[in-house]
Amino acid sequence: MTVGTGTARVTLSQREFLGLSPDRLFVVVSRVTALVALCVALAVFTPYFLTWSNIINVLRHAAPLFLMSAGLTLVVLTGGIDLSVGAVLGLAACIAASLITSGFPVFGVVAALAVGLSCGLVNGLLVAYARIPSFIATYGMLWIANGLAYVFMKGEVIYGLPAPFRVIGTGFAGPIPVPVLIMIGTIIVLHVVLHRTRMGRGIYAIGGNPVAARLSGMPVQRRLVFVYAMSGLMASFAALVVIARTNAADVSLGEEQLLPAIAAVCLGGTSLFGGVGGVAGTAVGSLILALVLNGMNLLGVKTFWQAGVLGVIILLSVMADQLVGRRINRGTT
Amino acid sequence: MSDTTAALPARVPAASWFTQAPGAVYLLALMSVVLTMATPGFFTVANLTNVALQVAVLVIVALGMTLVILTEGIDLSLGPVLGLCGVVMALMVVSGWPLFMAIGAAVLIGAAFGTVNGALVAYLDLPAFIVTLGTFGVAQSIATVLTEGNSVTGLPDYVRWFNDGVFVWLPVPIWATLLAFALTYVLLYRTKFGRYTFAIGSNRHALILSGSRARYYQLLVYVYAGVLTALASFIMTARLNSAHPTIGVGLEFDAIAAVILGGTSFEKGRGGIVGSIVGALAVGVLRNGLNLMGVSTEWQVAVVGLVIIAAVGLDSLRGLNA
Repeated sequence: MTVGTGTARVTLSQREFLGLSPDRLFVVVSRVTALVALCVALAVFTPYFLTWSNIINVLRHAAPLFLMSAGLTLVVLTGGIDLSVGAVLGLAACIAASLITSGFPVFGVVAALAVGLSCGLVNGLLVAYARIPSFIATYGMLWIANGLAYVFMKGEVIYGLPAPFRVIGTGFAGPIPVPVLIMIGTIIVLHVVLHRTRMGRGIYAIGGNPVAARLSGMPVQRRLVFVYAMSGLMASFAALVVIARTNAADVSLGEEQLLPAIAAVCLGGTSLFGGVGGVAGTAVGSLILALVLNGMNLLGVKTFWQAGVLGVIILLSVMADQLVGRRINRGTT
Repeated sequence: MSDTTAALPARVPAASWFTQAPGAVYLLALMSVVLTMATPGFFTVANLTNVALQVAVLVIVALGMTLVILTEGIDLSLGPVLGLCGVVMALMVVSGWPLFMAIGAAVLIGAAFGTVNGALVAYLDLPAFIVTLGTFGVAQSIATVLTEGNSVTGLPDYVRWFNDGVFVWLPVPIWATLLAFALTYVLLYRTKFGRYTFAIGSNRHALILSGSRARYYQLLVYVYAGVLTALASFIMTARLNSAHPTIGVGLEFDAIAAVILGGTSFEKGRGGIVGSIVGALAVGVLRNGLNLMGVSTEWQVAVVGLVIIAAVGLDSLRGLNA
C-alpha cells in the first residue's frame, strides 16, 4: 500500500467517465443493473409483477422508505449514522395515529413532526456538542423512542384513519400516486439543498474531511445539529405517509424500519465514511429494496427471512463497494 | 479539559480518583442507597443473589463487548447471536443430540458470526456498526426461521444445571462469570492479544502500516466476543428453561451501556474489564430496582437509554471520553 501522491491523483481524475471516478461509476452501474435485473426477473417469474396495481404498490412502499432514508442519507454524508430513524418513525406514527383518530388531525400531524424534530435535535446536540459518537447517541435514542412508543400505546393497535388524511398515502393526482409526488418533490428539494447551498456543501465538506471543515471556520456543530434534526423530521414525515397507507399504527411499526433504512442508504451508494453520495442514489436504493420486498412477497417467502435478506443486502453492498473501490484505487490511495 | 486528565500520572491521589471514577461507580452507589431505603425487598440475601444470577449473562456478554469497544469498534449483533446460539443448542438437545455436541455447535456459531464481523471490519476496513447491523439481521432471521418464531421448550432437566447447579458453594452462573472474567483478564493484560487490543484502539493505522498483524488480532477480538456470547446463551436458556429467537435483542444495548458506564472510552483504547463488571452490576441493579418499584419493562428500556446517554455525556463533559 503506497501513500497517495499528487501525480497519482491526476492520473485517477483523467480516468473519469461522465464526471464519475471509476469506483463511483461501479456504484452507479451496479445499482442500475440490479434495478433492471430485479424488474426483469420479477416480470419473468411472477405473473402479477407487471400489473398496474402491483407497480403502484411497489412505488407506495418505496416512497416512505425513501423519505426516512433520505434524512438518514444527510447524516451519513457527514460521516455519522442515525440508528434511531426507525424508532422515531414508530413513535411519530403512534402519536399521529392516536391524535388523528381522537379528532385532532392538524394537531396530530404537527405533534408527530415536532416529536421527530425534537428527537433529531437531541441526537444532533449530543453528537455535535457533547461529542458522543453518533452510533451511541442515536442507539440510546432508539431505545428511548421505542420505550416511549410502548408506554404511549400500552399494546394497543390504532386503525381507521380519516379518508382526507389517507390521501398522502393512497391518493392519486391524475395517474400518479400522491406518495410518489411527495418522493419526487423531496428528491428535488434535498438535491438542491445539497448541491446549491452553503449548508449542502458544508455537509459534504464535514463528511469528506472533518478536520479541514472545522479549520476552515465553517459552523460544523450547527450543521451537524441541522443534519440530525432533518433526519428526525424526515422520519416523522415518513411515519405520516406510512400510517396513511396502512391505515393503522402499532408499536412494532418502528422496530421493522431500521434495517430497511440503512439498507436503502447502502444500496444507494452513499459512502458510510461520509462525503460521497446523495439523495438520488438513496431513491434508487429505496426502489431496489421495495422491489426485493415485493418480490419476496409475490414469491411467497416467509417474513421471517426479511431481516436476514436485508442484513445480507447491507453486507454485500458495502463489501462490493469497498472491494471494487480498493481494486480500482490500488497504488493510488 | 482533556489535556489535564491526559497529563495525570498513572497512580492518582484519592481526591482525583473521585473525579476519575467511571459513572458506573456513582450510579451503583446511588442506586444501592436509594433502593435500600425505598424498597424493603432490595437489601436481602434472596434479592441480591437474584441480581447476581440475572447479571451473569450480561457480565459475560459485556466482557466481550469491552474488548470490541477497546478496538474502537462495536458489536450490535451480540444480542441476536445470543438468541441464535440458545435456539440451536436447545433444538439439538431436544431432538436427542448429546449435550456436548449442542454446546459445540452453539460455540461454533458464535465464533462464525465473530469471524464474519471481524473479517469485514478488520480486513475490509468497514465501519463496525454497519457490519454488525447486517449480521444482526442475519442472526435474528436464522433464529426465527429455525423455530418458526416460536419458543423451544421441553428441554431435558440437565440443561437447567447451567443456571440452578451449585458447584463448591457457588452457583454455576457465578462460576461461569468468574471464569470468563479470569480468562478475559489474562488475555487482556498478560498476552499479545491483549496488548494488540489496546494498541488497535489507540492507533490501528500505525500498527497496520508498521507491518504488524493488527488485522488478525482485531478479527480475533470479534471471535472472542462471539464465543463468550455463546457461553452466556447457555445460562440464559437454562434460566428460562426454554430458548426464544428474540430473547437476546436489546441485550447488546445493556452490554454497551455496561461498558460505557464502566468507563471504557470509544476512542484511543482507554478503559478495561473491571469497569465493565461494575457497569454491568449498575445496569443490573438499575433494572432490578425499576422492577421492584413496579416500573414497566418498556419504561425500563427508555430509562436505561437515558442513563447511558447521560453517562456518556457527563464523561465527555468531564473530559474522560472526549
